[in-house]
Amino acid sequence: MLDKALRGSNRYWWWILSLLAVMAIGFFCYLYQFKMGLKVTGLSRDVSWGFYIAQFTYLVGVAAGGVMVVMPYYLHDYKAFGRITILGEFLAVAAVTMCLLFIFVDLGNPVRIMNVIMYPTPNSILFWDMIVLNGYLFLNIIIGWNVLSAERKGMKYQSWVKVLIYISIPWAFSIHTVTAFLYAGIPGRHYWLTAIMAARFLASAFASGPAILILLCLVVRRYTRFNPGREQIGTLAGIVTYAFVLNVFFFLLELFTAFYSQIPGHMHTFEYLFVGVHGHNNLVPWMWTAALFSVIALVLLIVPASRRRESTLTAGCIAVFISTWIDKGMALVVGGFIPNPFEKVTEYWPTAPELGITLGVWATGFFVLTVLFKIAVSVKEEVGA
Amino acid sequence: MGMDRRNFLKVAGLSTLLAAGGKAAVDILAPGDLEASMKSVPLSEGKRWAMVIDMRHLNEEIMDACTAACHREHNVPDVGNTKNEIKWIWKEKYEHIFPGQQHEYASEKYKDQFFLITCNHCTNPPCCRVCPTRATWQRSDGVVMMDMHRCIGCRFCMAACPFGARSFNYGDPRKAPEDLNPDFPPNPDYPTRSKGVVEKCTFCAERIAKGMMPACVEAADTIKEDVLIFGDLSNPDSRVRKALRANYSIRRKPELGTEPNVFYIV
Amino acid sequence: MRKMYDGGKIIAGLIIGVGLLMSPFFFNLGKAAKAPTPELTEKAREAGQCVAPKPYMQTWHMQLLDEWRHTVVREELRYTGEESGDLLTRLLSDKRAILSGNTGDFYDGGAEKIYYKSLQTTCLDCHDNKSKFCDQCHEYVGLTPYCWDCHIEPKETM
Repeated sequence: MLDKALRGSNRYWWWILSLLAVMAIGFFCYLYQFKMGLKVTGLSRDVSWGFYIAQFTYLVGVAAGGVMVVMPYYLHDYKAFGRITILGEFLAVAAVTMCLLFIFVDLGNPVRIMNVIMYPTPNSILFWDMIVLNGYLFLNIIIGWNVLSAERKGMKYQSWVKVLIYISIPWAFSIHTVTAFLYAGIPGRHYWLTAIMAARFLASAFASGPAILILLCLVVRRYTRFNPGREQIGTLAGIVTYAFVLNVFFFLLELFTAFYSQIPGHMHTFEYLFVGVHGHNNLVPWMWTAALFSVIALVLLIVPASRRRESTLTAGCIAVFISTWIDKGMALVVGGFIPNPFEKVTEYWPTAPELGITLGVWATGFFVLTVLFKIAVSVKEEVGA
Repeated sequence: MGMDRRNFLKVAGLSTLLAAGGKAAVDILAPGDLEASMKSVPLSEGKRWAMVIDMRHLNEEIMDACTAACHREHNVPDVGNTKNEIKWIWKEKYEHIFPGQQHEYASEKYKDQFFLITCNHCTNPPCCRVCPTRATWQRSDGVVMMDMHRCIGCRFCMAACPFGARSFNYGDPRKAPEDLNPDFPPNPDYPTRSKGVVEKCTFCAERIAKGMMPACVEAADTIKEDVLIFGDLSNPDSRVRKALRANYSIRRKPELGTEPNVFYIV
Repeated sequence: MRKMYDGGKIIAGLIIGVGLLMSPFFFNLGKAAKAPTPELTEKAREAGQCVAPKPYMQTWHMQLLDEWRHTVVREELRYTGEESGDLLTRLLSDKRAILSGNTGDFYDGGAEKIYYKSLQTTCLDCHDNKSKFCDQCHEYVGLTPYCWDCHIEPKETM
């Protein structure tokens, strides 16, 4: 079925070419970083994780969001989603690919990456993250490919695929829980030390993943002969709405605990993010932008008339993407390091090489996504779905 | 020749010890331990290395000497900016070492004073818990050690350390500015690091293996004795135990349960 | 003969592919690399034997260093001759025993020297002419060991 990705319209090939160009830029930026070391980024002794890990954290959520299509269809017999489970699974593949690439480019010594496998360390959450992410990647590739092949041949897929599908459902929850555990068990970082970190992660995952999927479905409907379906998009919109409301609610819970208890350690990061501390405030405009887009998203999604109209739904999904990307990416990761263990502030901002590499990885993800979606959509067009 | 290996080691070891510094050396290796220590380790069971810093007698001269001695001994470069700096032991203000302890009515003595901090070699270290390759781990004698050959530079340990004790080599340490690091590396008997690994104080593992004091303690002792006290917590007669019994001492962030092994006498 | 579909592309691809594969040979046409001539320093010659017999060291010095760095850093066994529970160490010591002709206990009896396990301060103490010793063979086979990223090379007087 890979040959389906080698045949396409001019628009398709221009898109692929542009992606390859951005990937090339990212690759050369990475060679520069590999040679000079991570000093070419904005990272510092105090803020040792930044933009790369922020993208990784966000994209694990997007990958997990694919389960919101798989679960209703396979566990709850919601037949309508049968049309688009493949899109959710392929989105997960692209997202996990980006996650793994972001981890790779963030490492100080990437040539030693096999050490994580050669010296397994079960007490380290990063070890489990490697296992669950790679496992999820393979699960989705195998499941997606087999289900699509069977559909193309007009057959039912083999029963062992069903076993993998049932495994992939709790596995999706696990990838994001494990990623949350990276943060939630660290004793010295008060912004991260919250029991609801995993819950917040899952809520924002189930909002951002399906939101991106809706946008992709609209793109697919516009540019191909495959129509994912009004009902499907409508149900997804409902899922995004509930998940996003929960996400905002959880955030407000955090605010309450911090500011009602008045414990300095709990409050300081919020103060830095939203107001600034000691004159340091480079993230303040971003946080208020995220807050604004959260409100916009809530309004556009909760009001039924606006959720049912595609133009406002599109705007709402974009607003969800922007606000979750800022909040779960930069705010979460960088906020954990500010203030530092000495109650001092060292700010962080990504540099040009860092942005170049990040764009290159995103382009790689979109490349994988485009190829896989092209295959899926071509098969669906072929069988007249 | 009538000398067998055992005797050779005893003589060689004893001479090294006496050369290294009488009381301090004998103190680490209390009589009876001499034989076991000649094996050069693993340092025998029951040891728990710790350091007591007497803040009452600390001054900036001592602190600067400690930092200089440690960084020279271990080829720690001055990278020329605070953003990516690498530091194993350094001075910091009281309010930053013990945030939450200070108040506006505190004595002048502590308000603007600097004090010395380094890795605490915790008994319950979160950094070791999170390392995915066990490039940092806790030895049986309490030292939280670093294996530069295995570190992949993921910096999870830096995120996990509640005390900000760890530094990362964002660039190649050998390419640090030459004007700030004349004749780098200063110590040809100890390696440098490469870019992309995390480093921190290791309680001078290579020195204590030979019965010597850590470089900072030795440097402090040349200025004023008993300001930095290093020894074995598991031995009730060690100088650290005596110092802790005789004085009130605190540790950094005890509420986190990491059980630091660097104690401060206030 | 039947028509070869896409014949032009295939042949072009073959030429490029084989050309790329054979390129090292093209680049080195007419050049013969000089055979390595490692030199011993005075100190090394006087010592007579390295930490292990020469045939062993020639073949296994990298594995020896690997064993050393593992036992020194991770097990605090800083001197040779100390027991380690590590399987690799025991296997390597068996190999050393066989190569030297001692099948018995390699470390006991005779004037068995104890060495401080350190590339920088023990190996290079005798072999401080790295460019005329270590580099000779390494450069011949095109090897750049990354040990020297961290471990300090001795300053050689030319």
